[in-house]
Amino acid sequence: MTQEIIISGFGGQGVLSMGKILAYSALMEGKEVSWMPAYGPEQRGGTANVTIIISDERISSPIVSTFDTAIVLNQPSLEKFEPKVKAGGALIYDSYGISIPPRRTDIEIYEINAMDAAAEMGNSKGFNMIVLGGLLKLRPILEIENVLKALRKTLPERHHHLIPANEAALRKGFEIIKKV
Amino acid sequence: MKGNEAIAHAAIRCGCDGYFGYPITPQSEILETLAAQKPWETTGMVVLQAESEVASINMLYGGGGAGKRVMTSSSSPGVALMQEGIAYMAGAEIPGLIVNVQRGGPGLGTIQPSQGDYFQATRGGGNGDYQIIVLAPASVQEMADFVDLSFELAFKYRIPAMILSDGVIGQVMEKVKLPPFKPRRSEEEILRDCPWATTGRRNGRPINVITSLELQPEAMEKHNLHLQEKYKTICANEVRVEEMQTEDADFLIVAFGSAARIAQKAILDLRQEGIRVGLLRPITLWPFPYDRIRELAGQVKGILTFEINAGQMVQDVRLAVEGRTPVTQYGKMGGIVPTPDEVIATLKSDFHI
Repeated sequence: MTQEIIISGFGGQGVLSMGKILAYSALMEGKEVSWMPAYGPEQRGGTANVTIIISDERISSPIVSTFDTAIVLNQPSLEKFEPKVKAGGALIYDSYGISIPPRRTDIEIYEINAMDAAAEMGNSKGFNMIVLGGLLKLRPILEIENVLKALRKTLPERHHHLIPANEAALRKGFEIIKKV
Repeated sequence: MKGNEAIAHAAIRCGCDGYFGYPITPQSEILETLAAQKPWETTGMVVLQAESEVASINMLYGGGGAGKRVMTSSSSPGVALMQEGIAYMAGAEIPGLIVNVQRGGPGLGTIQPSQGDYFQATRGGGNGDYQIIVLAPASVQEMADFVDLSFELAFKYRIPAMILSDGVIGQVMEKVKLPPFKPRRSEEEILRDCPWATTGRRNGRPINVITSLELQPEAMEKHNLHLQEKYKTICANEVRVEEMQTEDADFLIVAFGSAARIAQKAILDLRQEGIRVGLLRPITLWPFPYDRIRELAGQVKGILTFEINAGQMVQDVRLAVEGRTPVTQYGKMGGIVPTPDEVIATLKSDFHI
């Protein structure tokens, strides 16, 4: 099985980190992974995106034309990547950053109000983990437990006290994602 | 880990003696990782941020001349600055490793990926009749593996070696198995393995002179002929390729580095449609696999050369094919990386499939 995922939003939203956590978690489950950022000046305030491929087999191209799942967190990302979701694929968006919602009918569309939920939880930095939780509900490619293991392994010790907050955010995302 | 990080870790592990470099996107993680790892506290490897690329390459000239395993890394415009030093190293037969994580050009160009330095690497941006060994990694694993391989080849033939990567392979994160630790060579080992090096004259041995200058035409011609002889030996022994599904192929894609990865995906999709396409990936861009491409040219109905530039390697492919089969080229510039779908569409339209 291969999942080709694009995560796109504003620089600073944690787009690249979300991808990294996903990639590390998949690696720890023994899967093949590829994490390819759109690097450059756009990371400072502009649009940032990252392509993550998770597979049971060796990955050919880290650059792909279409995606199984697109997570779009602002309007420019929606416009760029909605047409690139494979027919039957899924698109996840947070309506906070989206004024004109997606319109395609041949893909599954999900909404996750992660920005609002993060504010309610008093953990605005947990925004990306809420989105990640939503993705894992939709695409059970990884166990939440393995994501937490990956966090324990990749975060420096001094940040380990933040893991429970991250877990809560992941579970929140699991709860609040809804099909449109 | 990222391709750039893999290069840094592999350098420490393969007994590299020194790194000299100047930061430039998209390869700055090499210097950053080395600085974070502090190998001077463990293996004794020197890591120095030089004042410029010109300084870096001349530090390589000095370090390599003393028989040390030394390397530098940069990206396209920085490597352009190094060309004089590389030609001097080639002339003086000094081993060393230059890593080029390519970005778009010409000039400062863009920081996004490109393979536009194929000519610069394989034709030499410097002066005179010389070649350097050029290895093109297509994965993070090969970024790690080619560091030691480059040093081995560079010292075996006393020639500069280059890892010609690009912004995709430098920035992508993949699984990697780092090579085992190998200690730096001792002074005694360098004396034994590099009798030509400027290691300090003792026991009355003849003076070792490291230079690319020779004012006597006859002596210079002799040196040139010696270099050409060496290049022939390298061409005979060191060509490396990877092939994918070429056995039954009706069409062939020739691609290197990140383009080869994109081509792999295109080939898997084309095969699903029943179109038999194979991939030949030159791992060494110099020496170039002319013979193998010539063989395959007799088997296939057409060859698409796919490279992220305006068409550079296609010249070598055409030299290999010598008109036996149609050869076309596809690529993009400006830092835009083509997708597998574009490669599929090009192959179909070029060969009327």
